[in-house]
Amino acid sequence: MQDVTTEKKEFTPNIVAFCCNWCSYAGADLAGSSRLSYPANVKIIRVPCSCRVNPMFVLKAFQQGADGVILCGCHPGDCHYVTGNYYTRRRMALLYSFLNYMGIEKERTRLEWVSAAEGVRFSAVMNDFVKTVTELGENKRLTDLRVKEGE
Amino acid sequence: MKEVELKMLERAKALLESGEVARVIGWKKGEFFYDPSPASFETVEELDGFVYNWFCGANLSKYLIEMSKKEGKTAVFLKPCDTYSFNQLVKEHRIKRENVYVIAVECLGKLDIEKIKAKGISLIENVEVVDKEVKVTSAYGVDTLAKPEVVLSKCAACTKTHQVKDEEIILHETPARDVDRFEEVKKLEAMTEEERFAFWREQLSKCIRCNACRNVCPACSCVKCVFDNPNSGIAAKANDDKFEEQLFHIIRAFHVAGRCTDCGECSRVCPQNIPLHLLNRKFIKDIDNLYGEYQAGETDEGKTPLTSYTEGDTEPNDVFNGEAK
Amino acid sequence: MLKIAKERLNELYAKIDETMGLFLPIKRAGEVNFAVWGAGKEVSLETLKTVKSPKNAFFPQTENMMKFKTEGKNIEVIDIREKLSEKIEERPFVMFGVKACDYKAIEVLDKVFLADPVDTYYQMRRNAATIVTLACSKPEESCFCKAFGIDATAAYGDVTTWLDNDNLYWQANTEKGEALTALVQELFEEGGAEEVAAQQEATKTIIDKLPFSNLDLSRFQPENLNELFDDKAWEEMSEACLGCGTCTFVCPTCQCFDIRDFKTNEGVVRYRCWDSCMYSDFTLMAHGNSRTTQMQRFRQRFMHKLVYYPSQNDGLYSCVGCGRCVNKCPQHLNIVKVIKTLGGKNND
Repeated sequence: MQDVTTEKKEFTPNIVAFCCNWCSYAGADLAGSSRLSYPANVKIIRVPCSCRVNPMFVLKAFQQGADGVILCGCHPGDCHYVTGNYYTRRRMALLYSFLNYMGIEKERTRLEWVSAAEGVRFSAVMNDFVKTVTELGENKRLTDLRVKEGE
Repeated sequence: MKEVELKMLERAKALLESGEVARVIGWKKGEFFYDPSPASFETVEELDGFVYNWFCGANLSKYLIEMSKKEGKTAVFLKPCDTYSFNQLVKEHRIKRENVYVIAVECLGKLDIEKIKAKGISLIENVEVVDKEVKVTSAYGVDTLAKPEVVLSKCAACTKTHQVKDEEIILHETPARDVDRFEEVKKLEAMTEEERFAFWREQLSKCIRCNACRNVCPACSCVKCVFDNPNSGIAAKANDDKFEEQLFHIIRAFHVAGRCTDCGECSRVCPQNIPLHLLNRKFIKDIDNLYGEYQAGETDEGKTPLTSYTEGDTEPNDVFNGEAK
Repeated sequence: MLKIAKERLNELYAKIDETMGLFLPIKRAGEVNFAVWGAGKEVSLETLKTVKSPKNAFFPQTENMMKFKTEGKNIEVIDIREKLSEKIEERPFVMFGVKACDYKAIEVLDKVFLADPVDTYYQMRRNAATIVTLACSKPEESCFCKAFGIDATAAYGDVTTWLDNDNLYWQANTEKGEALTALVQELFEEGGAEEVAAQQEATKTIIDKLPFSNLDLSRFQPENLNELFDDKAWEEMSEACLGCGTCTFVCPTCQCFDIRDFKTNEGVVRYRCWDSCMYSDFTLMAHGNSRTTQMQRFRQRFMHKLVYYPSQNDGLYSCVGCGRCVNKCPQHLNIVKVIKTLGGKNND
């Protein structure tokens, strides 16, 4: 029998972070080697360029149980492929606005530019995003119940 | 409308007789007067079934993708809104422009038979339009309805005028109208997140995943859709109403963002009458606000908003509700 | 014959709901479909045609079939039918307001799903259901059930009801129907036979005048299969077809489905969902697809309804003339046009 006195498990959000190979992923590396901390529930997915992130990736992440999705790339003007992140910026601006139009909480999606030299910033951004999503609670609006079957 | 129909028929006959075109795409009479189907006519005799009336709402431009590949020229009748889709398809190299002879036709807003029937009228025998009134004759008598109440949703907020530059003839230029097509989008934007979520949940829970919206859409011209491709990882026919519909409709709307001309066919064909045009219009409104006014299909050349950029574009974190902070 | 005043229908629904599930036409976001009754739901018995047919209650659009759980190198196969049958048996349900055409359609489905090998998922729901039909009183021009020998005013199902401006009339036809009647009898009073007879006659007069009521189906026989199959007219008839699945998904007799897997956090769910012969990936096999053009897919659908199915089921057509495809096809292609084009000169 379950112990009724057991406290309810604290909510720790699942965060998916898409990081571009050239800046943000290196930024995460630097954060690590500088012994800066960021929460372990941030799952980084390395992409060649932030521009590689298809809107479907963001939705798929939510479907599979992400509570927040953050996309990180090189600062505008610094893209390894010269213009990739400019396209990202338009794409994500429209996608995030649209998701909010569908009623998805706007705090669940974010885009930040993090360079390879910004380990401190990477850590701060992730801590802040995790904090925001934790306060917001579980993602219930854009998730697939079938995935969580049996939980 | 009868006068326009006769003129169209005359042009179609002349073009087929002279051999200038091999076929004409128009509308064919159905079982009733209100259910015409798109059709191609290859001989003058076939034109017997030709019809153009208040119920010819279908956009014929997508049929040109296949038709323009055929031998000989294809003549097509395009309503003002259809000309935008046509331009967009030409721009995307999906239609062979040199194989098409465009005849632009008057529209004045098409009627939605479902909306008429929803007024409780059945066994309909005739529908007559006099200015802003629609007179419906049925087995139960004559009903007079206000036209704005029974036009197709795509026609309700139409601002379109003919956009095909080198068409050979125009039958009655349709005047531009001054309506705010974003009115409903603004209403949704003014709601809270919860209310918007509830609205779309309610609407999308009706979706039966029949794909009519996709298949009719002139902007959805992929040879193999990602949702039909078993190797894409997202192919699904399930109508799981918690997620699949959202995924499908968000991706579909995004995929046509910047290319959608707002022809409104998606809403016209939806068997559950989901206001799908409100999804596309949100993207159009955001694009207008953030990157400058843009109407897809106005011309058949140039870049689209999502294939271009400026260095000072608004940051995604700042654009909620369509307004830059 | 029993009757109940229209204003008291909510009491009837509540009474049934006490012990059984209750599906009936409910308006949600502007459209009427069969759904579970509950307080505050907007019931619309007056709606002639729900968008989706009631087949959804027996053969849901999406339905889990089994689960696979992986642990280490082991895969456990979980049969979900036991739990499902418990759930269904615990609360049998009533399908209320099924029209004659849709009732006939269930018979068409029975011949597919209850024939050997029996589809146990379908059977469970079918056994648990009490079907209450509602006779039509205001058929419209897209209706053509008469062409398939269906009488839209007659008594079908476990219980048949008739609705007029004041009352709902009720008549039990089977044992299941009697059991349901016993449950709700206290709400009813005797009477109504005359009103029903008058309504039936009035409705039949309308039906006789409907434009498609006298479609001639005699040419659609197995011996004409090759001739019909090779007819040149298919090309023209299917020309405007978009290849969407609207006709198949609103159809009360379409029964094709696809089986797919879905990965969850702890394993795999195998589910089935409606499929449409209009889709390019329908019956996709390793070598590719057996029907490569939209004309072939279009032909498949109508040949199945009018020739293939009857040839295997004693001449029973798998169309019931509900007219949903007539109303809902985006480009107004439908089975009536096919029957008229290929059915011979009696249809001119």
